[in-house]
Amino acid sequence: MINKLISMEKAVSMIDDGAVLMIGGFMACGTPLGIIDAIIDKGVKDLTIISNDTAMPEIGIGKLIVNKQVKRVIASHIGTNKETVRQVTSGDIEMDFVPQGTLAERIRAAGYGLGGILTPTGIGTLMEEEKEIIEIDKVRYILEKPIKADISLISGSLVDKNGNSFFNATTNNFNQVMATAADITIVEAKKVVEVGKLDPNYVMTPGIFIDYIVEGAS
Amino acid sequence: MDRNQMKELIAKRVAKEFKDGDVVNLGIGVPTLVPKYIPEGVDVIFQSENGFVGLGPVPEKGKEDKDVTNAGGQPVTIKHGGAFFDTSTSFGIIRGGHLDYTVLGALQVDQKGDIANWMMPGEKGPGMGGAMDLLTGARKVIIAMLHTVKGKTKILKECTYPLSAKNQVNLIVTEMGVMEVTENGLILKEIGPEVTLEEVKESTEADLIISKDLKRMIT
Repeated sequence: MINKLISMEKAVSMIDDGAVLMIGGFMACGTPLGIIDAIIDKGVKDLTIISNDTAMPEIGIGKLIVNKQVKRVIASHIGTNKETVRQVTSGDIEMDFVPQGTLAERIRAAGYGLGGILTPTGIGTLMEEEKEIIEIDKVRYILEKPIKADISLISGSLVDKNGNSFFNATTNNFNQVMATAADITIVEAKKVVEVGKLDPNYVMTPGIFIDYIVEGAS
Repeated sequence: MDRNQMKELIAKRVAKEFKDGDVVNLGIGVPTLVPKYIPEGVDVIFQSENGFVGLGPVPEKGKEDKDVTNAGGQPVTIKHGGAFFDTSTSFGIIRGGHLDYTVLGALQVDQKGDIANWMMPGEKGPGMGGAMDLLTGARKVIIAMLHTVKGKTKILKECTYPLSAKNQVNLIVTEMGVMEVTENGLILKEIGPEVTLEEVKESTEADLIISKDLKRMIT
């Protein structure tokens, strides 16, 4: 019988120095905060973080930055975390800015088996640099390549033991797309229920995308 | 007028642009002041790029739901008839031509409709967030901002900061006036309540074409 539920210790044991992590959430709303705290306790270094933002210094991804565990960030916005700005300015963190919609689609491309996406976003800006421009029906698009991770860490509101996940309200954001684009996907569930208790109509991410489930601290 | 009164004036003017059923995304800063000025009887659907349409007012103290936040990460509410979705759908709405308006602030705007609002030259941030997608995808782009910063104009012949988008701005609303970006250039259509035409020209580097029907700002 499938049971993907594991301990927090087992979950962080999969995360080593230099790991490339996707982390769901938007300013810490819908971010797996318990796993992040466990990564801080483990103290792994040189992480690459792919996320919308780096939250605030005192919460979620922001804490990983303050704890100097991150060497590279791929995100759309870091303005809410002065410590990220400081470490990027000093050269301690390598920063790739990706427009929010482009970030979601590049992740989706990786998870959905696409070689890339064509977007008009960023035409005429620095986003064009070192990228291929493709013209279709007289409109110019930037070819943006897929973004994949070693491990995707997402947050689910209601998750059954097969991994079928429901994301409440605005906690969804990047979680749904990130579940598809890593070698290993771990969902931190606010609430875990038995198989059969989550109506298949309300499943947003099918359990086949989820490798492991941990119960959230909150 | 002090700066706060100027911001309220700008928001009040922007609110006049919308009609029933328009889908509108508001950026941070002056744009967030717009909803309270939407005329009664006009149903505007506000989109929040972190993942829903039907953005409602800030909840009463003690009634916040941590799962319902806006694009600034602050607790908000969702109206009856609203809908939540993931980021991919959210930016499908934005990029796919399903968003009628975006209202954003800017560091600089120019007479060709170019805009810079994501990075100061020589600085590492703050990043574009959803702004580049919004500017590129929205059917109409309204820039709502103060006309000058520290006495320097923000409306130029050509932007000097890193661009967020090229030729995407349609309308600029400041405390000094309302300007429309057209193929022929920047047309001043309305003038602020407490300024003269000369003052507007002095505070603007861009070439201004003065509309034949120049009016006082409608508020």
